[in-house]
Amino acid sequence: MPWLDNKLFNKEDTAMTTISKIRYSRRGLLKAGGAAVAAAALPAPMVWGQETKNITLRQFGTGVSNLNEVAKKVKEDLGFTLEMTALDSDSVTQRAATQPDSFDIADIEYWICKKVWPTGNLQAMDTSKIANYDKIVGTFRSGKLTPESVIAQGTAPHTVGFTTGVDGTEFVQEESGWMTLIPTIYNADTLGIRPDLIGRPIKNWSELLNPEFKGKASILDISSIGIMDMAMVVESMGEYTYPDKGNMTREEIDMTLGIFTEAKKNGQFRAFWKSFDESVNLMASGEVVIQSMWSPAITAVRSQGIPCVYQPLEEGYRSWGGGLGLSASLSGIELDAAYEYINWYLSGWVGGFLMRQGYYSAVPETSKAFMSEDEWGFWFEGKEAKGDITNPFGDVMEKAGAVRDGGSFYDRMGAVACWNAVMDENQYMVRKWNEFIAA
Amino acid sequence: MISRHVQGWLMAAPLTLVLAVFLLAPIVMIVVVSFWGATEWSIYPAFLWDNYDFLLTSKVTYQVFFNTFKYAAITWACTLLIGFTVAYYLAFHIRSTTWQIALFLLCTIPFLTSNIIRMISWIPFLGRNGLANSTLLSWGVIDAPLEWLLFSDFSVILAFVHLYTLFMVVPIFNTMMRIDPALIEAATDAGASGWQTLRHVVIPLTKPGIMIGTIFVLALVMGDFITVRFMSGSQSANVGRMIQNDIGLLQYPSASATAVILLITVLLLIGTLLRFVDIRKEL
Repeated sequence: MPWLDNKLFNKEDTAMTTISKIRYSRRGLLKAGGAAVAAAALPAPMVWGQETKNITLRQFGTGVSNLNEVAKKVKEDLGFTLEMTALDSDSVTQRAATQPDSFDIADIEYWICKKVWPTGNLQAMDTSKIANYDKIVGTFRSGKLTPESVIAQGTAPHTVGFTTGVDGTEFVQEESGWMTLIPTIYNADTLGIRPDLIGRPIKNWSELLNPEFKGKASILDISSIGIMDMAMVVESMGEYTYPDKGNMTREEIDMTLGIFTEAKKNGQFRAFWKSFDESVNLMASGEVVIQSMWSPAITAVRSQGIPCVYQPLEEGYRSWGGGLGLSASLSGIELDAAYEYINWYLSGWVGGFLMRQGYYSAVPETSKAFMSEDEWGFWFEGKEAKGDITNPFGDVMEKAGAVRDGGSFYDRMGAVACWNAVMDENQYMVRKWNEFIAA
Repeated sequence: MISRHVQGWLMAAPLTLVLAVFLLAPIVMIVVVSFWGATEWSIYPAFLWDNYDFLLTSKVTYQVFFNTFKYAAITWACTLLIGFTVAYYLAFHIRSTTWQIALFLLCTIPFLTSNIIRMISWIPFLGRNGLANSTLLSWGVIDAPLEWLLFSDFSVILAFVHLYTLFMVVPIFNTMMRIDPALIEAATDAGASGWQTLRHVVIPLTKPGIMIGTIFVLALVMGDFITVRFMSGSQSANVGRMIQNDIGLLQYPSASATAVILLITVLLLIGTLLRFVDIRKEL
């Protein structure tokens, strides 16, 4: 059997990665009865070993986790090819909803899932096939990070995380054993500021509309995320307290956008941004001193030697989460490969890779093995860095002595006030949002 | 032997086919879809007036159309003024044809890079801490950076003028080159001043070129979305951006309805313009 993939066998022996059940059984048989017996009794797994190399899984999603390094590592560890396409959130939604045959794996956010799931373009995943299912953080299962946590408003991941069966089109609120998305990556977002240009402490979301920053503020032009930032600001200003800001009524939408339209007309905003790079440029050039921002954008500004803080605010964070979903058309050996990929995804290497960029992994404990003690301390535990903290690409992100903005995982994810959301009145909100941009 | 009649039809067929498939069919499709309905993730065939109803009753639509016309009109005036002057200089003040061609090619050099690059290069130049502001500050012309240089209507129009002036220069230069120099000599001999020659000889004879340039510039500006998005920092909207937003949010029917209205508007505009000058006759 010269074509048998030796690399896979080595991997199994060192137990470096999560291995599918097929391989476990194969290894058992090989050990028990030798290769010849295995070949005679169980030809299928060897075909699998052979065909793995020819399998290509097409994944698309937002740029956040669609990284070539991941595809390279997949090829190395699992043998099959992962093709990645990175798009912006709107295009991702569009593609998942309208071109089901153009992908095998969708890497989407939970609020996108709420929009896309009813189309039936994705199939649910059997949690019993997910090796690390029990270790996935509570946020994605019961909705509670710790037993005492209060579930935040908005499209919290667990509310759209489970369905009734493989073809289920409805979401269920309990852990049903069928997951819509396998959580992979998430974070808590807040406002980014330029402390050098502001020169005083910033503690509240309401500062975004503070006239002091007239012409120097920005907000992102992605409606389902932007509206949540707006709601945080409106509540912080004391204008209104939403019963559920993740599901506003028409009046609440009008009121929220009304406040921001007025601010826009008064020249509060320098610009709106839609892509990651735009937010980095606005901040780095000093056009904007306070704005909605994403964690890696802060890092990108800081790596240019420009001070930029991901400011923790009293009202809490606006959080988001993403996960992998399987195309409804996946079946047979490709489906097995997809499960294997997902198990591998949760087994730690990717988690470590992403956590070293400031995101969180859905199964943090498996990532720990792929991070140094100092990195784990800095990124996860909120401890002071003992040495230079570098990102996976080798760039120095923080010097010794630095502490992560907002502190530890539990400090940050425990202070989530709302999740990115899709509302019942979403179409109305989107039209009003367009009017706000055009106003 | 095929009759002349059939021959004629056959010869016209390829072009008809191309136009039918690539021009007519898509437009018909857009008109059809503009009556469809949409959910958040799909569109479904129907005959609804909802899209037009929402579009034509929203105050914002009128603001946006007004904005689009404003951009088009100001850009047109600026490109015409610059384009005409450049073409006039090239056609009447440069004596040798070699130099005319050389200078004309010089005008096209910016077009060797992508228009996105040409547009985006303005951003660091015009920014709060950009080259323009720091130069003015160091000269003592201003005390504080000018905020309106970037992310404003000014920057949008500046980019438009920069991007599209050549579309005015080329057709005007082309028509000017065909003006018989004897006509200008005759005007001078008859005692016309330079201004009178320009007003009564050159301008009337360049009208077709001006008209073609006008159509180019208007069509380009009214259909644009990316320049407005980048140069206004997403803070202003024109019709193109409205369509783009709808497409991004999967609202194809509503995007189609907007596109249909825009198409009608532009056709009316160009139809009106063509009533003033018969391009075919004068080409």
